[in-house]
Amino acid sequence: MIFKWLTFVVVSIALVFIFLIAPIERQEGIVQKIMYFHIPSAWVAFFAFFVVFVASILYLWKKEREWDIIAHSAAEVGIIFCSLVLITGPIWAKPIWGVWWTWDARLTLTLVLWLIYVAYLMLRFHASEGSQRARFAAVLGIVGFLDVPIVHFSVLWWRTIHPKPKVLSMESPGSGLESVMLITLIMSLIAFTLIFFLLLGQRISLEKMRDELNEIKRRTFHSS
Amino acid sequence: MNYFRKVWAIVWKDIRAEIRTKEIFSSMFIFSLLVLVIFNFSIDLLEVNPLDIAQGVLWIAFTFSGILGLNRSFLFEKENDCLQGLMLTPIDRSAIYFGKMLGNLIFMLIMEAIAVPIFVVLFNIGIYDKIISLAIVIILGTLGFVTVGTLFSAMSVNIKAREVMLPILLFPIVVPVIIASVKSTGAILTGKPFDDIISWLKLIAVFDVVFLVVSFLSFEYIIEE
Repeated sequence: MIFKWLTFVVVSIALVFIFLIAPIERQEGIVQKIMYFHIPSAWVAFFAFFVVFVASILYLWKKEREWDIIAHSAAEVGIIFCSLVLITGPIWAKPIWGVWWTWDARLTLTLVLWLIYVAYLMLRFHASEGSQRARFAAVLGIVGFLDVPIVHFSVLWWRTIHPKPKVLSMESPGSGLESVMLITLIMSLIAFTLIFFLLLGQRISLEKMRDELNEIKRRTFHSS
Repeated sequence: MNYFRKVWAIVWKDIRAEIRTKEIFSSMFIFSLLVLVIFNFSIDLLEVNPLDIAQGVLWIAFTFSGILGLNRSFLFEKENDCLQGLMLTPIDRSAIYFGKMLGNLIFMLIMEAIAVPIFVVLFNIGIYDKIISLAIVIILGTLGFVTVGTLFSAMSVNIKAREVMLPILLFPIVVPVIIASVKSTGAILTGKPFDDIISWLKLIAVFDVVFLVVSFLSFEYIIEE
Protein backbone atom coordinates (compact mmCIF):
# COMPACT_ATOMS: atom_id res chain seq x y z
CA MET A 1 0.00 0.00 0.00
CA ILE A 2 2.82 2.38 0.91
CA PHE A 3 4.56 1.40 -2.30
CA LYS A 4 1.47 2.35 -4.31
CA TRP A 5 1.40 5.81 -2.77
CA LEU A 6 5.13 6.23 -3.22
CA THR A 7 4.75 5.36 -6.91
CA PHE A 8 1.84 7.78 -7.22
CA VAL A 9 3.83 10.64 -5.68
CA VAL A 10 6.98 10.00 -7.72
CA VAL A 11 5.01 9.68 -10.97
CA SER A 12 3.21 12.95 -10.18
CA ILE A 13 6.51 14.73 -9.54
CA ALA A 14 7.93 13.30 -12.76
CA LEU A 15 4.88 14.54 -14.69
CA VAL A 16 5.28 18.03 -13.20
CA PHE A 17 8.92 17.99 -14.27
CA ILE A 18 8.10 16.78 -17.77
CA PHE A 19 5.28 19.18 -18.57
CA LEU A 20 5.95 22.24 -16.41
CA ILE A 21 9.62 22.48 -15.50
CA ALA A 22 11.60 20.94 -18.37
CA PRO A 23 12.19 23.46 -21.13
CA ILE A 24 10.87 22.94 -24.62
CA GLU A 25 13.66 21.83 -26.89
CA ARG A 26 14.57 24.56 -29.34
CA GLN A 27 14.92 22.52 -32.52
CA GLU A 28 12.53 19.64 -31.99
CA GLY A 29 9.83 21.53 -30.11
CA ILE A 30 7.15 20.02 -27.93
CA VAL A 31 7.46 16.60 -29.57
CA GLN A 32 10.79 16.07 -27.85
CA LYS A 33 8.95 15.55 -24.54
CA ILE A 34 8.10 12.06 -25.74
CA MET A 35 11.68 11.22 -24.86
CA TYR A 36 10.71 11.20 -21.17
CA PHE A 37 8.36 8.29 -21.93
CA HIS A 38 10.32 6.58 -24.70
CA ILE A 39 13.68 6.08 -22.98
CA PRO A 40 12.27 4.98 -19.59
CA SER A 41 9.98 2.48 -21.38
CA ALA A 42 12.98 1.05 -23.18
CA TRP A 43 14.93 0.77 -19.94
CA VAL A 44 12.02 -0.94 -18.17
CA ALA A 45 11.51 -3.36 -21.08
CA PHE A 46 15.16 -4.43 -21.06
CA PHE A 47 15.13 -4.69 -17.27
CA ALA A 48 11.94 -6.80 -17.35
CA PHE A 49 13.48 -9.24 -19.83
CA PHE A 50 16.54 -9.46 -17.62
CA VAL A 51 14.20 -10.39 -14.74
CA VAL A 52 12.69 -13.10 -16.98
CA PHE A 53 16.21 -14.42 -17.64
CA VAL A 54 17.21 -14.57 -13.96
CA ALA A 55 13.87 -16.04 -12.85
CA SER A 56 14.12 -18.67 -15.63
CA ILE A 57 17.55 -19.81 -14.46
CA LEU A 58 16.36 -19.94 -10.87
CA TYR A 59 13.32 -21.94 -11.92
CA LEU A 60 15.37 -24.60 -13.71
CA TRP A 61 17.66 -24.73 -10.72
CA LYS A 62 15.14 -24.81 -7.86
CA LYS A 63 11.96 -25.98 -9.64
CA GLU A 64 9.80 -23.71 -7.52
CA ARG A 65 6.53 -22.38 -8.96
CA GLU A 66 7.35 -18.96 -7.47
CA TRP A 67 10.11 -18.35 -10.05
CA ASP A 68 7.90 -19.44 -12.91
CA ILE A 69 5.27 -16.90 -11.82
CA ILE A 70 7.87 -14.14 -11.62
CA ALA A 71 9.25 -14.96 -15.09
CA HIS A 72 5.77 -15.02 -16.61
CA SER A 73 4.70 -11.77 -14.95
CA ALA A 74 7.90 -9.95 -15.87
CA ALA A 75 7.56 -11.06 -19.50
CA GLU A 76 4.01 -9.72 -19.70
CA VAL A 77 4.89 -6.38 -18.14
CA GLY A 78 8.03 -6.22 -20.30
CA ILE A 79 5.99 -6.70 -23.47
CA ILE A 80 3.75 -3.78 -22.50
CA PHE A 81 6.72 -1.45 -22.13
CA CYS A 82 8.42 -2.82 -25.23
CA SER A 83 5.21 -2.09 -27.16
CA LEU A 84 5.25 1.43 -25.72
CA VAL A 85 8.77 1.89 -27.06
CA LEU A 86 7.70 0.71 -30.50
CA ILE A 87 4.66 3.03 -30.45
CA THR A 88 6.30 6.17 -29.05
CA GLY A 89 9.35 5.68 -31.28
CA PRO A 90 7.62 6.26 -34.62
CA ILE A 91 5.55 9.14 -33.17
CA TRP A 92 8.80 10.83 -32.22
CA ALA A 93 10.64 9.83 -35.38
CA LYS A 94 8.09 11.09 -37.91
CA PRO A 95 8.45 14.84 -37.24
CA ILE A 96 12.18 14.64 -36.44
CA TRP A 97 13.63 12.10 -38.90
CA GLY A 98 10.85 12.51 -41.45
CA VAL A 99 10.00 8.81 -41.46
CA TRP A 100 7.91 6.59 -39.20
CA TRP A 101 10.38 3.80 -39.22
CA THR A 102 13.99 3.29 -40.19
CA TRP A 103 15.87 0.02 -39.86
CA ASP A 104 18.27 1.65 -37.47
CA ALA A 105 20.15 -0.75 -35.18
CA ARG A 106 18.36 0.21 -32.00
CA LEU A 107 14.89 0.10 -33.56
CA THR A 108 15.57 -3.26 -35.13
CA LEU A 109 16.87 -4.69 -31.86
CA THR A 110 13.73 -3.55 -30.03
CA LEU A 111 11.51 -5.09 -32.68
CA VAL A 112 13.35 -8.42 -32.56
CA LEU A 113 13.16 -8.33 -28.77
CA TRP A 114 9.43 -7.74 -28.96
CA LEU A 115 9.04 -10.71 -31.33
CA ILE A 116 11.08 -12.99 -29.05
CA TYR A 117 8.97 -12.22 -25.99
CA VAL A 118 5.66 -12.36 -27.86
CA ALA A 119 6.77 -15.86 -28.87
CA TYR A 120 7.53 -16.50 -25.21
CA LEU A 121 3.98 -15.55 -24.20
CA MET A 122 2.52 -17.57 -27.08
CA LEU A 123 4.51 -20.60 -25.95
CA ARG A 124 3.05 -20.21 -22.48
CA PHE A 125 -0.41 -19.89 -23.96
CA HIS A 126 -0.16 -23.01 -26.10
CA ALA A 127 1.67 -25.33 -23.72
CA SER A 128 -0.44 -27.35 -21.31
CA GLU A 129 -0.34 -26.10 -17.76
CA GLY A 130 2.13 -27.58 -15.33
CA SER A 131 5.83 -28.11 -14.89
CA GLN A 132 6.38 -28.81 -18.60
CA ARG A 133 5.15 -25.36 -19.56
CA ALA A 134 7.34 -23.82 -16.89
CA ARG A 135 10.41 -25.69 -18.13
CA PHE A 136 9.81 -24.81 -21.79
CA ALA A 137 9.24 -21.17 -20.94
CA ALA A 138 12.35 -21.07 -18.77
CA VAL A 139 14.53 -22.45 -21.58
CA LEU A 140 13.14 -19.87 -23.99
CA GLY A 141 13.60 -17.14 -21.38
CA ILE A 142 17.29 -18.03 -21.17
CA VAL A 143 17.86 -18.54 -24.91
CA GLY A 144 16.03 -15.30 -25.73
CA PHE A 145 18.05 -13.15 -23.38
CA LEU A 146 21.40 -14.64 -24.39
CA ASP A 147 20.45 -13.83 -27.96
CA VAL A 148 20.14 -10.10 -27.20
CA PRO A 149 23.86 -9.19 -27.41
CA ILE A 150 24.28 -11.27 -30.59
CA VAL A 151 21.26 -9.63 -32.21
CA HIS A 152 22.63 -6.27 -31.10
CA PHE A 153 25.95 -6.76 -32.90
CA SER A 154 24.35 -8.25 -35.99
CA VAL A 155 21.94 -5.35 -36.51
CA LEU A 156 24.68 -2.85 -35.69
CA TRP A 157 27.05 -4.22 -38.34
CA TRP A 158 24.14 -4.82 -40.68
CA ARG A 159 23.72 -1.06 -40.91
CA THR A 160 27.26 0.20 -40.40
CA ILE A 161 29.25 -2.04 -42.73
CA HIS A 162 27.23 -0.74 -45.64
CA PRO A 163 26.06 2.61 -44.31
CA LYS A 164 22.84 3.95 -45.73
CA PRO A 165 21.94 7.63 -45.74
CA LYS A 166 20.26 8.35 -42.46
CA VAL A 167 17.76 11.16 -42.19
CA LEU A 168 19.13 12.28 -38.89
CA SER A 169 21.29 10.38 -36.45
CA MET A 170 20.27 10.26 -32.84
CA GLU A 171 23.00 10.96 -30.33
CA SER A 172 23.17 8.64 -27.37
CA PRO A 173 20.77 9.54 -24.58
CA GLY A 174 22.21 11.72 -21.85
CA SER A 175 24.86 13.36 -23.95
CA GLY A 176 24.26 16.95 -24.88
CA LEU A 177 21.20 17.26 -22.73
CA GLU A 178 20.54 20.35 -20.70
CA SER A 179 20.79 19.66 -16.95
CA VAL A 180 17.10 20.31 -16.22
CA MET A 181 16.22 17.90 -19.00
CA LEU A 182 18.62 15.35 -17.58
CA ILE A 183 17.05 15.65 -14.12
CA THR A 184 13.60 15.26 -15.67
CA LEU A 185 14.76 12.17 -17.53
CA ILE A 186 16.17 10.67 -14.34
CA MET A 187 12.92 11.43 -12.47
CA SER A 188 11.03 9.78 -15.26
CA LEU A 189 13.32 6.74 -15.17
CA ILE A 190 12.72 6.34 -11.44
CA ALA A 191 8.97 6.77 -11.90
CA PHE A 192 8.82 4.15 -14.66
CA THR A 193 10.91 1.70 -12.64
CA LEU A 194 8.48 2.08 -9.73
CA ILE A 195 5.54 1.53 -12.07
CA PHE A 196 7.26 -1.60 -13.32
CA PHE A 197 7.64 -3.03 -9.83
CA LEU A 198 4.08 -2.08 -8.98
CA LEU A 199 2.70 -3.83 -12.05
CA LEU A 200 4.97 -6.81 -11.51
CA GLY A 201 3.76 -7.17 -7.92
CA GLN A 202 0.13 -6.91 -9.02
CA ARG A 203 0.63 -9.49 -11.75
CA ILE A 204 2.39 -11.90 -9.40
CA SER A 205 -0.34 -11.70 -6.77
CA LEU A 206 -2.96 -12.17 -9.50
CA GLU A 207 -1.25 -15.36 -10.65
CA LYS A 208 -0.99 -16.61 -7.07
CA MET A 209 -4.70 -15.97 -6.57
CA ARG A 210 -5.39 -17.94 -9.72
CA ASP A 211 -3.32 -20.83 -8.37
CA GLU A 212 -5.22 -20.69 -5.11
CA LEU A 213 -8.54 -20.66 -6.93
CA ASN A 214 -7.55 -23.70 -8.98
CA GLU A 215 -6.52 -25.48 -5.81
CA ILE A 216 -9.89 -24.74 -4.16
CA LYS A 217 -11.73 -25.84 -7.29
CA ARG A 218 -9.75 -29.06 -7.38
CA ARG A 219 -10.43 -29.79 -3.72
CA THR A 220 -14.19 -29.14 -3.90
CA PHE A 221 -14.38 -31.20 -7.05
CA HIS A 222 -12.69 -34.13 -5.38
CA SER A 223 -14.70 -33.94 -2.16
CA SER A 224 -18.10 -33.77 -3.84
CA MET B 1 30.29 -47.41 -26.14
CA ASN B 2 31.84 -44.01 -26.00
CA TYR B 3 29.86 -40.82 -26.26
CA PHE B 4 30.49 -40.23 -29.96
CA ARG B 5 29.39 -43.70 -30.96
CA LYS B 6 26.17 -43.19 -29.03
CA VAL B 7 25.56 -39.91 -30.84
CA TRP B 8 26.36 -41.54 -34.14
CA ALA B 9 23.94 -44.40 -33.41
CA ILE B 10 21.11 -41.86 -33.20
CA VAL B 11 22.25 -40.04 -36.34
CA TRP B 12 22.46 -43.32 -38.22
CA LYS B 13 18.99 -44.34 -37.01
CA ASP B 14 17.59 -41.09 -38.44
CA ILE B 15 19.46 -41.49 -41.71
CA ARG B 16 18.23 -45.06 -42.17
CA ALA B 17 14.64 -44.07 -41.38
CA GLU B 18 14.97 -41.25 -43.89
CA ILE B 19 16.41 -43.51 -46.59
CA ARG B 20 13.36 -45.73 -46.21
CA THR B 21 10.64 -43.07 -45.99
CA LYS B 22 12.29 -40.20 -47.88
CA GLU B 23 9.70 -38.00 -46.22
CA ILE B 24 11.77 -35.17 -44.72
CA PHE B 25 14.14 -34.77 -47.60
CA SER B 26 11.56 -34.82 -50.37
CA SER B 27 9.33 -32.25 -48.65
CA MET B 28 12.24 -29.96 -47.80
CA PHE B 29 13.72 -30.14 -51.27
CA ILE B 30 10.49 -29.58 -53.19
CA PHE B 31 9.61 -26.73 -50.87
CA SER B 32 12.94 -24.95 -51.36
CA LEU B 33 12.55 -25.39 -55.11
CA LEU B 34 9.07 -23.83 -54.89
CA VAL B 35 10.39 -20.85 -52.95
CA LEU B 36 13.06 -20.23 -55.59
CA VAL B 37 10.51 -20.51 -58.40
CA ILE B 38 7.94 -18.27 -56.72
CA PHE B 39 10.56 -15.62 -56.10
CA ASN B 40 11.40 -15.71 -59.77
CA PHE B 41 7.80 -14.77 -60.48
CA SER B 42 7.49 -12.14 -57.75
CA ILE B 43 10.68 -10.32 -58.77
CA ASP B 44 11.28 -9.65 -62.41
CA LEU B 45 14.91 -10.55 -63.00
CA LEU B 46 14.96 -8.55 -66.22
CA GLU B 47 14.50 -5.38 -64.19
CA VAL B 48 16.33 -6.24 -61.00
CA ASN B 49 19.97 -7.16 -60.80
CA PRO B 50 19.96 -10.79 -59.57
CA LEU B 51 22.91 -10.07 -57.28
CA ASP B 52 20.81 -7.56 -55.34
CA ILE B 53 18.31 -10.15 -54.20
CA ALA B 54 19.82 -13.59 -54.85
CA GLN B 55 21.42 -14.03 -51.42
CA GLY B 56 18.17 -13.12 -49.68
CA VAL B 57 16.10 -15.50 -51.78
CA LEU B 58 18.58 -18.30 -51.17
CA TRP B 59 18.38 -17.94 -47.39
CA ILE B 60 14.61 -17.58 -47.41
CA ALA B 61 14.48 -20.89 -49.26
CA PHE B 62 16.86 -22.47 -46.73
CA THR B 63 15.10 -21.24 -43.60
CA PHE B 64 11.58 -21.98 -44.75
CA SER B 65 12.33 -25.46 -45.95
CA GLY B 66 14.55 -26.04 -42.92
CA ILE B 67 11.51 -25.41 -40.73
CA LEU B 68 9.68 -28.24 -42.50
CA GLY B 69 12.46 -30.68 -41.67
CA LEU B 70 12.73 -29.50 -38.07
CA ASN B 71 8.98 -29.83 -37.59
CA ARG B 72 9.16 -33.47 -38.64
CA SER B 73 12.31 -34.25 -36.65
CA PHE B 74 10.68 -34.87 -33.28
CA LEU B 75 7.24 -35.65 -34.65
CA PHE B 76 8.48 -39.06 -35.76
CA GLU B 77 9.88 -39.72 -32.31
CA LYS B 78 6.60 -38.69 -30.73
CA GLU B 79 4.29 -40.70 -32.98
CA ASN B 80 5.16 -44.21 -31.89
CA ASP B 81 6.52 -43.25 -28.49
CA CYS B 82 10.03 -43.58 -29.90
CA LEU B 83 11.18 -40.74 -27.66
CA GLN B 84 10.22 -42.88 -24.68
CA GLY B 85 12.43 -45.59 -26.10
CA LEU B 86 15.30 -43.20 -26.67
CA MET B 87 15.04 -41.94 -23.11
CA LEU B 88 15.10 -45.49 -21.75
CA THR B 89 18.41 -46.21 -23.47
CA PRO B 90 21.38 -45.90 -21.13
CA ILE B 91 22.78 -42.75 -22.69
CA ASP B 92 23.16 -39.17 -21.60
CA ARG B 93 20.23 -36.94 -22.61
CA SER B 94 22.62 -34.58 -24.36
CA ALA B 95 23.67 -37.43 -26.68
CA ILE B 96 20.07 -37.54 -27.91
CA TYR B 97 20.26 -33.82 -28.59
CA PHE B 98 23.54 -34.01 -30.51
CA GLY B 99 22.30 -37.03 -32.47
CA LYS B 100 19.08 -35.33 -33.53
CA MET B 101 20.91 -32.06 -34.21
CA LEU B 102 23.51 -33.72 -36.45
CA GLY B 103 20.76 -35.60 -38.29
CA ASN B 104 18.93 -32.33 -38.97
CA LEU B 105 22.18 -30.68 -40.02
CA ILE B 106 22.97 -33.45 -42.50
CA PHE B 107 19.46 -33.39 -44.03
CA MET B 108 19.54 -29.63 -44.41
CA LEU B 109 23.04 -29.60 -45.91
CA ILE B 110 22.07 -32.22 -48.50
CA MET B 111 18.96 -30.20 -49.37
CA GLU B 112 21.11 -27.07 -49.71
CA ALA B 113 23.75 -28.85 -51.78
CA ILE B 114 21.06 -29.67 -54.35
CA ALA B 115 19.22 -26.36 -54.08
CA VAL B 116 22.32 -24.24 -54.75
CA PRO B 117 22.97 -25.55 -58.30
CA ILE B 118 19.29 -25.04 -59.14
CA PHE B 119 19.53 -21.56 -57.70
CA VAL B 120 22.59 -20.87 -59.85
CA VAL B 121 20.71 -21.94 -62.95
CA LEU B 122 17.50 -20.05 -62.19
CA PHE B 123 19.22 -16.83 -61.18
CA ASN B 124 22.02 -17.13 -63.69
CA ILE B 125 24.82 -16.57 -61.21
CA GLY B 126 28.37 -17.86 -61.50
CA ILE B 127 29.81 -19.42 -58.33
CA TYR B 128 32.54 -21.70 -59.70
CA ASP B 129 35.44 -19.89 -58.04
CA LYS B 130 33.49 -19.15 -54.86
CA ILE B 131 32.29 -22.60 -53.90
CA ILE B 132 34.55 -23.07 -50.87
CA SER B 133 33.80 -19.76 -49.18
CA LEU B 134 30.11 -20.20 -49.97
CA ALA B 135 30.19 -23.68 -48.41
CA ILE B 136 31.80 -22.30 -45.24
CA VAL B 137 29.05 -19.71 -44.86
CA ILE B 138 26.28 -22.21 -45.55
CA ILE B 139 27.65 -24.80 -43.14
CA LEU B 140 28.15 -22.30 -40.30
CA GLY B 141 24.79 -20.63 -40.87
CA THR B 142 22.91 -23.91 -41.11
CA LEU B 143 24.61 -25.13 -37.94
CA GLY B 144 23.34 -22.06 -36.09
CA PHE B 145 19.88 -22.61 -37.49
CA VAL B 146 19.68 -26.27 -36.41
CA THR B 147 21.27 -25.88 -32.96
CA VAL B 148 18.38 -23.74 -31.71
CA GLY B 149 15.99 -25.37 -34.18
CA THR B 150 16.48 -28.86 -32.75
CA LEU B 151 16.03 -27.57 -29.20
CA PHE B 152 12.79 -25.80 -30.12
CA SER B 153 11.61 -28.71 -32.23
CA ALA B 154 11.74 -30.95 -29.14
CA MET B 155 9.73 -28.28 -27.37
CA SER B 156 7.09 -27.49 -30.01
CA VAL B 157 6.25 -31.15 -30.58
CA ASN B 158 4.73 -31.20 -27.09
CA ILE B 159 2.47 -28.18 -27.42
CA LYS B 160 -0.69 -27.26 -29.25
CA ALA B 161 -0.40 -25.69 -32.71
CA ARG B 162 3.12 -27.13 -32.97
CA GLU B 163 3.62 -26.53 -36.68
CA VAL B 164 2.90 -22.83 -36.27
CA MET B 165 4.79 -22.42 -33.03
CA LEU B 166 8.16 -23.66 -34.24
CA PRO B 167 8.80 -20.83 -36.73
CA ILE B 168 7.35 -18.28 -34.31
CA LEU B 169 9.80 -19.40 -31.65
CA LEU B 170 12.76 -19.95 -33.93
CA PHE B 171 12.78 -17.06 -36.41
CA PRO B 172 13.29 -14.17 -33.96
CA ILE B 173 16.12 -16.05 -32.24
CA VAL B 174 17.98 -16.82 -35.48
CA VAL B 175 17.78 -13.24 -36.77
CA PRO B 176 21.55 -12.72 -36.25
CA VAL B 177 22.35 -15.89 -38.21
CA ILE B 178 20.08 -14.85 -41.06
CA ILE B 179 21.54 -11.34 -41.24
CA ALA B 180 25.12 -12.59 -41.10
CA SER B 181 24.55 -15.38 -43.61
CA VAL B 182 22.73 -13.17 -46.11
CA LYS B 183 25.37 -10.44 -45.80
CA SER B 184 28.29 -12.78 -46.25
CA THR B 185 26.63 -14.73 -49.07
CA GLY B 186 26.01 -11.40 -50.80
CA ALA B 187 29.63 -10.37 -50.35
CA ILE B 188 30.83 -13.67 -51.78
CA LEU B 189 28.49 -13.59 -54.79
CA THR B 190 29.55 -10.06 -55.69
CA GLY B 191 33.19 -11.12 -55.55
CA LYS B 192 34.31 -9.26 -52.43
CA PRO B 193 37.50 -10.57 -50.78
CA PHE B 194 37.16 -13.19 -48.06
CA ASP B 195 38.43 -10.75 -45.40
CA ASP B 196 35.21 -8.78 -45.75
CA ILE B 197 33.12 -11.56 -44.33
CA ILE B 198 35.42 -12.64 -41.50
CA SER B 199 33.59 -10.58 -38.89
CA TRP B 200 30.25 -11.99 -40.02
CA LEU B 201 31.60 -15.53 -39.83
CA LYS B 202 32.88 -14.84 -36.32
CA LEU B 203 29.43 -13.64 -35.34
CA ILE B 204 27.81 -16.84 -36.64
CA ALA B 205 30.49 -18.91 -34.91
CA VAL B 206 29.78 -17.16 -31.60
CA PHE B 207 26.07 -17.84 -32.07
CA ASP B 208 26.78 -21.50 -32.87
CA VAL B 209 28.99 -22.02 -29.83
CA VAL B 210 26.76 -20.13 -27.37
CA PHE B 211 23.63 -22.01 -28.37
CA LEU B 212 25.32 -25.40 -28.66
CA VAL B 213 26.36 -25.00 -25.03
CA VAL B 214 22.95 -23.68 -23.93
CA SER B 215 21.14 -26.50 -25.76
CA PHE B 216 23.54 -29.07 -24.34
CA LEU B 217 22.77 -27.81 -20.82
CA SER B 218 19.03 -27.30 -21.19
CA PHE B 219 17.94 -30.20 -23.39
CA GLU B 220 17.32 -32.51 -20.44
CA TYR B 221 14.75 -30.06 -19.08
CA ILE B 222 12.90 -30.19 -22.38
CA ILE B 223 12.41 -33.93 -22.72
CA GLU B 224 12.06 -34.65 -19.00
CA GLU B 225 8.65 -36.24 -18.38
